[in-house]
Amino acid sequence: MANDHIDLTVEPGEVHALLGENGAGKSTLMNQLYGLLQPDSGEIVVDGTPRTFRSPRDAIAAGIGMVHQHFMLVPVFTVAENIALGAEETRGGPLGWLDRRRSRRDVLETSQRYGLPVDPDALVENLPVGAQQRVEIVKALTRDVDLLILDEPTAVLTPQETEDLLAVMRGLAESGKSVVFITHKLKEVRAIADRITVIRRGRTVGTATPDTAEDELAALMVGRAVSLEVQKTPAEPGRPVLKLSGLIVEDDRGVRAVDGVDLVVHAGEVLGVAGVQGNGQTELVEAVLGLRPPRAGTIQVDNEDLVGMSTKRILRSGVGYVPEDRSTDGVVKEFTVAENLVLDMYDRAPYGNAFRLDARAIATSAAERIKQFDVRTPSADAAVGTLSGGNQQKVVVAREMSRPLRLFIAAQPTRGVDVGSVEFIHSRIVHERDVGTAVLVVSSELDEIIGLADRIAVMYRGRILAIVSPDTPREEIGLLMAGITDGSAAPEPGTPGAAEKGTT
Amino acid sequence: MTTDDAVATEQAPPPAPKKDEPGDSFLSHFVHNLWAANTFTVTVLSILLALLIGAVLIVVSDSAVLDTFGYFTARPSDALTASWNAVSTAYADLFKGAVFDPETVRTGTWREALAPISETLTYAAPLVFTGLSVAVAFRGGLFNIGGQGQAVIGTIAAAVAGFSFGLPIVLNLLVALIVGLAGGALWGFIPGILKARTGAHEVITTIMLNYTAGLFLTWLILQKGVQDPGRTDAISKAVAESAQLPSLGGALRVNLGIVLAVLVTAAVAWMLNRSAFGFELRAVGANPAAARTAGISVGRTYTLLMVVAGGLAGLGGATQVLGTAYSLTPAVAGNIGFDGLLVALLGRNRPWGTLLAAVLFGALRAGGNRMQSFSGISLELVTVLQALIVIFIAAPALVKTIFHLRAARSARLGASMAKGW
Repeated sequence: MANDHIDLTVEPGEVHALLGENGAGKSTLMNQLYGLLQPDSGEIVVDGTPRTFRSPRDAIAAGIGMVHQHFMLVPVFTVAENIALGAEETRGGPLGWLDRRRSRRDVLETSQRYGLPVDPDALVENLPVGAQQRVEIVKALTRDVDLLILDEPTAVLTPQETEDLLAVMRGLAESGKSVVFITHKLKEVRAIADRITVIRRGRTVGTATPDTAEDELAALMVGRAVSLEVQKTPAEPGRPVLKLSGLIVEDDRGVRAVDGVDLVVHAGEVLGVAGVQGNGQTELVEAVLGLRPPRAGTIQVDNEDLVGMSTKRILRSGVGYVPEDRSTDGVVKEFTVAENLVLDMYDRAPYGNAFRLDARAIATSAAERIKQFDVRTPSADAAVGTLSGGNQQKVVVAREMSRPLRLFIAAQPTRGVDVGSVEFIHSRIVHERDVGTAVLVVSSELDEIIGLADRIAVMYRGRILAIVSPDTPREEIGLLMAGITDGSAAPEPGTPGAAEKGTT
Repeated sequence: MTTDDAVATEQAPPPAPKKDEPGDSFLSHFVHNLWAANTFTVTVLSILLALLIGAVLIVVSDSAVLDTFGYFTARPSDALTASWNAVSTAYADLFKGAVFDPETVRTGTWREALAPISETLTYAAPLVFTGLSVAVAFRGGLFNIGGQGQAVIGTIAAAVAGFSFGLPIVLNLLVALIVGLAGGALWGFIPGILKARTGAHEVITTIMLNYTAGLFLTWLILQKGVQDPGRTDAISKAVAESAQLPSLGGALRVNLGIVLAVLVTAAVAWMLNRSAFGFELRAVGANPAAARTAGISVGRTYTLLMVVAGGLAGLGGATQVLGTAYSLTPAVAGNIGFDGLLVALLGRNRPWGTLLAAVLFGALRAGGNRMQSFSGISLELVTVLQALIVIFIAAPALVKTIFHLRAARSARLGASMAKGW
């Protein structure tokens, strides 16, 4: 049961935050409201009349719109086409031709009215994530909705885009629309919400106002007191483990995504790579793992050259890797928890050999690690796809941390992970550092980097702009992330000698 | 006190219905799931629906029966009786030809009683191999349309080995089988390596290789040293008796092939679930990106997988030529490669399911032969039945709607089917 007798009232013109961990039942609740799921009991009342929604069409007709966590857009269509999709304007009867001009006009009109700039003629696949989200919102608004549901809208946004989105939500509320804002991020909730409803394990556990303290909200959400600070002692850096020099890596389109990076990570320290998503962090990490051949430069772990080695050998040589996109690269959703826990060690003792697997050894170690890493799963034989995001991530972390490591690389280790699991994963990363592993953390969440890292490398357009201490003021790091060094303008990509202040 | 009692009695009932609901006993679980849209129910209902539509076709195709419908309003009993008779004899013959003919108990020997089953298993054996070929490839995320070509190459390789080498008795058969397997494996290796190295889509390459294999066969049969010297038509020399799969003899054509098929099914089941390669191929099939990130070589897995799939289909071709046909003809492999696609689909890409599906297809084929000669109903009806069954299986939603099935407790299978097929 994902929802157990939840009551929720949303007033006109308010931003109502629905706060809860992943798997708490927020999305289930909203899918009922949007007609994607039917409630077993209870009723939905819109403007005083009880309604039943058999499909999203009914919900839209009743004035409810939804922007899903994963966008429902056709990548090869233009913005205007996507927005018209499902409510196409035609001329000459129902079998007439599409009235493209009118769709375009509608888009422009709505986008101006609510201050949501979108280009109606751009292809959706060419738009950055933040702009795609605006398209989704405009799409909902053109349907004339009174209530807009935003399901985890900020999970995919950069800090700046998040700011913009919050402003848009504020504007919508002021124009009399109601917004339901689903999230598990406390800062955003406190910044924007008029009222907060907290859901835990399918039940409403409380309502709060935005002036409630963050740790209080977190405690409500998780059901126990949580520490939002990463607890750690000062690092004791040892020998240099990972050495990158002159690394150049191209992305899928052949553009230089990593453009001459030199970096050293020492044993027993966490090096955080901060930067807005898409500045080469992904390619950097993939190059180290042998998933993407570098164009030039060297990658060494303990003086062993990794370039040209297979991913399997790199992993076996003592590199642990938590990929940034859990559902594509981290787990095989159809596989059981036990199988996922040995995904990169299935043919090594004690789990098996090149020929056969030892089911018993796999089961035994799975049981151990489920306990050790607190993976909430009905059993080791449950498909990983049925677990919540946080627990899936724990499976990945458990897998990568259960062999002797020299280097541990975590990309976006807590993306889409609930507060309780974040705390746990952070403590494991710090623990890994304390046992003398070199740790490289890549994250687009500045809080996470500042909390975890002993040194912070700021990456911008494929280069390391600076390496700073975590005590550096947030604003300064934020400016670096935007490519601004010492007040100068952002260096153009490819300009030789772009500021590399502090690069060791 | 009374109010307390009232509250207590009011609170008592809610848990009670839970006990009446299906509990955890196996039987109640079974009953509950029987009418739910699980794979088993959908499969059985698909077969029933296909037979139902088949019945309509039998009636429509029989002009004598159709005539009785001409005066349906005057004497409906005539039309109904005639229809019933036509359909029931046809399906009775289908059953008698495939499973068991009660007549033989009174009149015949045990050999005659076993003949229908023997025919069923004879037809089933090659289909098991080609079905497994498709199923294994599919579990690894590849759509092997090339079962036909691989089976054809398997028949060629096995037959040529069977009539050329002249090895001693057991060895000759063994070598012929292995050569057949190797031939199919080679024919699978080509699309596999192309997929791994260049990303060429296996559907395209395997279809093309089907044509290549078929045409190669028609050319090869007419070559000197292959063609039967005593014949002018397209037929090759027969394989040596020592290379033939031993059968029960006489009317019982069933041969060692079906035993081999069961053993290979067990081996494939083991490979999928217990071997390192099976783990790799399932991981690659379910999520190639994650497999690659975990250090599994996707290209290597694709290549090896196609070699295995090709080998299985080749073995199917070998069983066909060493078990029943003995000589190469242009149609020696029949349609076993393409039927393998349907068998795998019906068997939900599981090894044992594929075996059962192959036996069902074999039964339809064996029964169809008898239906054709006794009831005069074209063998094509069997093809139509097979096609209908597959259509209903492939569209489970249709069956669910027709029978108002509940959503299954585990929709996992349905989802995995919808994804690929």
